[in-house]
This record gives sequence, C-alpha cells and structure tokens, in this order.
Amino acid sequence: MRNLMQKSLRILLSLTVMAGLPASASAGSDSLLPAVPEAQDRYSATQGCVEPTAEMRRNHMEYILHQRDETVHRGIRTKQYSLEQCINCHVSDAPDAPRYKNDEHFCSSCHSYAAVRIDCFQCHADRPVKTPGMNSLSGHVESDNKPAALSAEPHQALATEVISHD
Amino acid sequence: MTDNANIDTYRRRFLGGTATALAGLSVAPGVFLHEVAQARPADEAVTSEVRWGMLIDTNKCANGCNDCVSACNEEHGLTGHGRPETDAQWIRKVDLRDKQTGHTQSLPLLCQHCEHPPCVDVCPTGASFKRADGIVLVDKHICIGCRYCMMACPYKARSFIHEDLQDQLPHAPRGKGTVESCTFCVHRVDNDRTPACVEACTAENHNAMVFGDINDPDSDISKQLRQHSSRQIRADLNLNTGVRYRGI
Repeated sequence: MRNLMQKSLRILLSLTVMAGLPASASAGSDSLLPAVPEAQDRYSATQGCVEPTAEMRRNHMEYILHQRDETVHRGIRTKQYSLEQCINCHVSDAPDAPRYKNDEHFCSSCHSYAAVRIDCFQCHADRPVKTPGMNSLSGHVESDNKPAALSAEPHQALATEVISHD
Repeated sequence: MTDNANIDTYRRRFLGGTATALAGLSVAPGVFLHEVAQARPADEAVTSEVRWGMLIDTNKCANGCNDCVSACNEEHGLTGHGRPETDAQWIRKVDLRDKQTGHTQSLPLLCQHCEHPPCVDVCPTGASFKRADGIVLVDKHICIGCRYCMMACPYKARSFIHEDLQDQLPHAPRGKGTVESCTFCVHRVDNDRTPACVEACTAENHNAMVFGDINDPDSDISKQLRQHSSRQIRADLNLNTGVRYRGI
C-alpha cells in the first residue's frame, strides 16, 4: 500500500515537472511565447486553477466579470472566482515582485503578448496585500507587514468645517 | 418550629420559582439573539429585509476628536496628496455654531445612505446605485467620472480621485477618474462586522455612533431610535436618510 502511494506520488511529481518543462523552455529570451510565472499554489490535488487550465486561459475574463457584478451589486463574496484570490495565488508577495506595468507580472506577461490592455489594476491591488485584521475576508495569514498604503500616514482631514447658523 | 419549617419550605419554593423564571428570561432572548446574529452566507445575495442605518449622538461626539475620520482613512487606505480641497474624504467632522448663543456642536458627516438617493437619480450610467440592503455605492467599473452625483448630493459626501493611485487595499479598490464615498464599510458589513468609524468611536469609549439594521425592531439602533428623538439632516428633502442624528 505504502509502495503504491510512493509510486503514485512519484508519477504525480514527474508529471508536474514535465508539465512545467515546456513553460520554462519557452521562457527563454529567444522564445516568442510569453513567460508566464508559476502560480504559488494549486486549487486541488487534481486541478491547478479554479477551472481547468485551458478553460481559464480562454475564459478567465468571463468568470472575473461575473464575479465582479455579483460582489459589487449583490454582496456575494465567494472566493473561487474573486480577482483578489487570482492575485493571491498567481503573484508573488515578495517586496520586489514585478508590478502590473512590468511584463513579468502574471497578468501582464500574457496580456502584453496578446496586446490586450487591461485596466483592472488602476483600482485593484496588483499583488497580494496582507491587511491586518482583514484576513477572514482575504484568506490571508495574519502578518505584521503593513501594506504600503497603510505604512504611509493616513492623511489628516480637511481642517474641521465650521457652519454657523442663526 | 413547625411554622419555621413551613416558612423555609415556602421560601425555598418561592426562590426556586423565581430562579427558574429568571433563567427562562435570560435563555430565551439569548437563543433568539443568536439566531438573528447569524451571518449571511457568502454565496447569498443581500436582500431588502435588512436596511443598514447609523445613529449618531452629537452630545457624545467630542469636540476636536477625529477618531472616526482617521479610522476611515486607514481602513480604506485614503492617503492625501497635500491638497485638502480635493483629497478624498469619506467622513468629515463638522462644527456647528449657533450665532446667537455661541453654542457649538461637533458631528461626523458621511454619506447618509438615503432611501431615495439624489446621486442615483442623476447618474447617467447607473454606476451610482443603492444595494438591496440600503447601502449606496459607486460601481467604479461603470463610473465615467462625470461628477453629477457630487453636485446632486446635498451632504457633500462624495470625492473624486484626481491622481493615479498605487497599492490600494484589496477590499477598497479605488482609482483615478472615478467618484467614491462612504460605503458603510460594505466589506465589513458583508462579513458581519461594524464599520471602522463606529468601531473606533466605541473603542475610545465615546459610543457616539451606533450601526445596525433599522428594519429589525430588536436591533440596538431600532430600540434607540424608538426611545429617543432623532433627526435627519435636511429632512425637508424627503430622502429618508439611513444616518440619523441625536442632539441637533
């Protein structure tokens, strides 16, 4: 039984490596194909992303668009298709990780190749942000690292407005 | 002796009965509250059974205290650009002064989350909208930055983002060219928490702000609204605001 498990684990590992090979091979500077960074995690043991990879490559925008309206207008906050979770898994949280304007960013790597301009990150965070106290929402592990927006001093309010009335 | 024994028996019975009655009282509302306080599942849409509201007691609101404002700025990553005239402001402190008596009052002013919001009426794209549970929001995906809503709002509650932003927080996406305002901390409310300003006010023991469901007669806010007189700012406009004030 144990042998069988080890064997299957080995097969799984070799499959993963093989699957990774073409990507890393194409990542060479002389290749015309985009170098898409590896995800940080897997959705499940059998599936890399929240839907089969081929489906995600073709239709990820449909899932994100649908989720966007569900969340903003109806308050549905499931995590499976949320943009925040895409970023959490596909973008490194290292301080020097590439930003969306850089072609090495997960989204930009393919979008600049396909010449499709996206404006998601004019408003949305383009890399994982660990917000103190917000981990129940974002699914993050609590951390002492304050996001850049918080480390900057929140601005002081307009000098108190005074209204006089008779 | 026999009389004494009888008295003890009666006393015991009486005390025992009272204790049972008290236990019944405390358990029943407790169970009831637990059922009401259950959070809405993440995959369920908001409904109009709930209407979120806020009650602000200006008598408890301290002059010069800015805790609600700083909490809001920090919660949503509102950083200034040194231009107070155009820097985003979702909640601000307003001082009122009676010219005749010199009496001053201080109160926080934020989006009033009207039942009939003028910002929604005038929005040409449908970006300004009211959620089923009464929270008035801007869908920034649809907002074209025309700022009609800013003109229409009688409370000057909305801000426009003039600058490119970076490092926004995941729960508070904001970007150049769109209008924004208080969201009643919708990301917290959807997670069964209270808005950041209310939390900060309570943490400082001012307790000037109460947040809750004004459709639920048993909520703290409904009880307080029933018990005390409160006012809407510019009630003459018949907007039926979700934010009410005491002491003005």
